Amino acid sequence: MIGLTHYLTVAAILFTIGVFGIFVNRKNVIVILMSIELILLAVNINLVAFSAFLHDVVGQIFAMFVLTVAAAEAAVGLAILVTFFRNRGDIAVDDASVMKG
Amino acid sequence: MALQAIAFYLMATVTILAGLAVVFARNPVHSVLFLITAFFSAAGLFVLIGAEFLAMLLIVVYVGAVAVLFLFVVMMLDVDFSQLREGFARYLPIGLLVAGILTVEMVMIAINVAVNGAAAKNATPQASLPDVSNAETIGRVLYTDYVYFFQAAGLVLLVAMIGAIVLTLRHKPGIKRQSIPAQNARTPKTGMTIVDIKPGEGISE
Repeated sequence: MIGLTHYLTVAAILFTIGVFGIFVNRKNVIVILMSIELILLAVNINLVAFSAFLHDVVGQIFAMFVLTVAAAEAAVGLAILVTFFRNRGDIAVDDASVMKG
Repeated sequence: MALQAIAFYLMATVTILAGLAVVFARNPVHSVLFLITAFFSAAGLFVLIGAEFLAMLLIVVYVGAVAVLFLFVVMMLDVDFSQLREGFARYLPIGLLVAGILTVEMVMIAINVAVNGAAAKNATPQASLPDVSNAETIGRVLYTDYVYFFQAAGLVLLVAMIGAIVLTLRHKPGIKRQSIPAQNARTPKTGMTIVDIKPGEGISE
């Protein structure tokens, strides 16, 4: 029988993979953005699982709003990335210090 | 019931393996494609739990919009991605350590919440009201209690759209554009000059 624990475990592992991806791909901002998407997906799985097992639909409404914010974040993040690439010619973010002073 | 368990384990495994592949893939294009796989199988998990509307939303928004946006940007930027991977091996041990600790902690919390939490009394998932479809259940709540939040979400998308356009819009100097006011303001007086040419000289200028 598939219970709440199973869904929460999948979400936890996916969340950890996202955090791990940010850790190891510190230079590649595209993979960092994709890791953030994975983290938000894990959050959504959590919200939907709790919504279903609490018999309360509000969790799904909230998951929808998380989806909205994730889409907006991806759009703005990639726009910043494109602008950054135009200004500097590469996307290595570990030496992104153009804003400093 | 057994079929449901098989479907769950299949899609959960695919989701997690695709998530790992996103992080470990050498080519970012492959990362994006694995991201799409992860979203697809996560949508399958949503269907399994009964949240069909969100599953379809996930596919439309993520696979249809976000992943294609990622693919577009990855293919547009001319970057040496192998150079961006240096430091991967250096951060791998500490990353694995943190990830391992985080996984164990979160799974322990998940088990505890599932066994002792408020959801423990409901053994079966129920994503929609009885004898109402999932989309209608969401609609009934979203357009009444949460209508202002719904509008705010629209505003967020509008601001993000304007922001993305403003960030990437580029005015190149030196491009000839049509100027309709200038065209309308043209008169025969400004538009042409009468040159008196003497025979045998031609036009110098």
